Amino acid sequence: MTEGGSGADTETLGLALYRKMVEIRLFENEVQRLFLEGVVRGTTHLCQGQEAVAVGSCSVLRPGDTVTCTYRGHGVVLAMGSPMNRTMAEIMGRSGGLCHGKGGSMHLTDVSHGLLGSFAIVGAGLPVANGAAWSAQVLKTDAVTLAFFGDGATNIGAFHESLNLAGAWALPVVFICENNLYGEYSPLRLTTPIEDLSMRASSYGMPGLRVDGNDVLAVRQVVSDAVDRARAGNGPTFVEALTYRHRGHSRTDPAKYRPQEEVDQWLARDPIPRFEALLKERFGIADEALLAVRVSSENAVQEAIKWATASPHPTEEALLTDVFV
Amino acid sequence: MTEMTYRQAAARAIAEEMARDSRVVLLGEDVAAAGGVFKATEGLLATFGPERVRDTPISEQAIIGAAIGASLNGLRPVAELMFADFAAVAFDQIANQLAKYRYMTGGQVKVPVTIRLVGGAGLGFGAQHSQATENWFLNIPGLQIATPGTPADLVGVLKTAIRCDDPVLVFEHKALYALKGDVPDGEVLIPLGSAAVVIEGTDLTILATQLMRQRAQKAAEALKARDVSVELIDPRSLVPFDFETVKRSVKKTGRVLVVQESPFAGSWAATTVGQVVAECFDWLEAAPTVVCAPKTPIPFAETLERRWIPAEQDIVEAAMQLLAGKRAAMAT
Repeated sequence: MTEGGSGADTETLGLALYRKMVEIRLFENEVQRLFLEGVVRGTTHLCQGQEAVAVGSCSVLRPGDTVTCTYRGHGVVLAMGSPMNRTMAEIMGRSGGLCHGKGGSMHLTDVSHGLLGSFAIVGAGLPVANGAAWSAQVLKTDAVTLAFFGDGATNIGAFHESLNLAGAWALPVVFICENNLYGEYSPLRLTTPIEDLSMRASSYGMPGLRVDGNDVLAVRQVVSDAVDRARAGNGPTFVEALTYRHRGHSRTDPAKYRPQEEVDQWLARDPIPRFEALLKERFGIADEALLAVRVSSENAVQEAIKWATASPHPTEEALLTDVFV
Repeated sequence: MTEMTYRQAAARAIAEEMARDSRVVLLGEDVAAAGGVFKATEGLLATFGPERVRDTPISEQAIIGAAIGASLNGLRPVAELMFADFAAVAFDQIANQLAKYRYMTGGQVKVPVTIRLVGGAGLGFGAQHSQATENWFLNIPGLQIATPGTPADLVGVLKTAIRCDDPVLVFEHKALYALKGDVPDGEVLIPLGSAAVVIEGTDLTILATQLMRQRAQKAAEALKARDVSVELIDPRSLVPFDFETVKRSVKKTGRVLVVQESPFAGSWAATTVGQVVAECFDWLEAAPTVVCAPKTPIPFAETLERRWIPAEQDIVEAAMQLLAGKRAAMAT
């Protein structure tokens, strides 16, 4: 879907992208509620506000392509097509979860949908994404791997080792930095001597691009070009998607360190209402159609919660399985 | 039988598995064009080509991560860490990613990664290029740890590791690369978790791997001259650990001496002594003991390094003390 596109296909794609973003938003809102009610335990990192990055990027992939994402990864998981009920069950630690309850919110993995893993050590997914991309080279498939990570990860060693290796080996990988301006509680400007993170790509011999991460079509276009480039054997690309998390770093963080003015500015750029406006104004999609998507998404989320709640807790026998094959 | 060096054994094992299975790939610093800094991968690039035998940047996290990612897509990578000490640089990828991948994903994936790590002291490489680091990984469920001590064991254990669907760390001792030994012709496969009874004996069980096994073998000869019958066992892998063979031996001898080339705390020697006490207490004639390295970094100067590594004489003396019923202080 491009801004100049039109017709039934465009409408279908537009509504599909919209549905995914709405599903993720509602899903995350419910995870937050379930946390407050004590149904979800431990910690969790929500991605409200960042939906367009996951949805726009993953929408260009083909079967066989793979992704790695972060502990703030629920959005990518759903964007890859993982079932909402098993995703919710995993976050609730149930046996029906994607990882049978052994991974949890920070380790959501669904290999059957191309999701190689959610990495909870900052930057740790990038070396693994390289390996998946390397295997595509060796096995001569044309598969591409997307590696999602945050702005904070660009300051860790694994990031630099990975971009260097990917550049040196011309790996079919796209590095997607979700720059939400904060590494945990610290603003990027206090931890990082440059503001434009995409500059870092040039050190590793690959294009570095910045995109409005709250514009799902812009993300889709940039990532689509990068994926084409990788698939054609022309190597990796670094994409910096500028976005913002509506909530704090994790459940215990009220994010009081962010100036209200900044928060308001970003809330005004919320990717979902922006896309709604675009769908209506430029593609002529009716309010009713958008409402129908919101209603059915809400129903799907509630069904998923019902399914997950009914899924049994893992039994003790599961403790000792899956350490080794 | 063919006589070959421990160094040649590594190359043979990898070459055989690469020839047998096109999914086996090799990566590491200088493993391809240079044939490895210890020449343990010589000839593999010429035989299998640059797609499957890859030189990497000096980036240990990237090496181990690439091996993990490739294994998720069906390859069977063999990653080399040029010095076992460098595992510290890649510790997150090994301890947090590789070891836990299958478990955290509820068994969705197999992670058939073999990591070859070159460890061990004795060559004057100083504190950061000499450590036998296998004990670092003992407390991480999800990793198998092999420590082959002869050319034949290296062939058999490394081939098994490469065929294994789980992560295996194979430690090669750099001071043994020139060691020669007979390796059976044809397919040599040694299962992980099968100890070798190197010498049969009745008075005392000695457990040792790699360089310590070589020294224990000489110590056993010296002890034989003093009418002491040593049973020498080489566990060959620390995880899984063949405790059954140890148990059978202890039942016979009633005395256990473990020799290891690293300090006592948090080690396989300490673990084994604990397990012997817990499970073989009634058979013991004396308190089990350990000969280990002092708790210092490994010194450079030859006189100091030689003293740091447990020597044949240390083993002989500890054995005589044990037989005399004297208790030794553990953590020297």
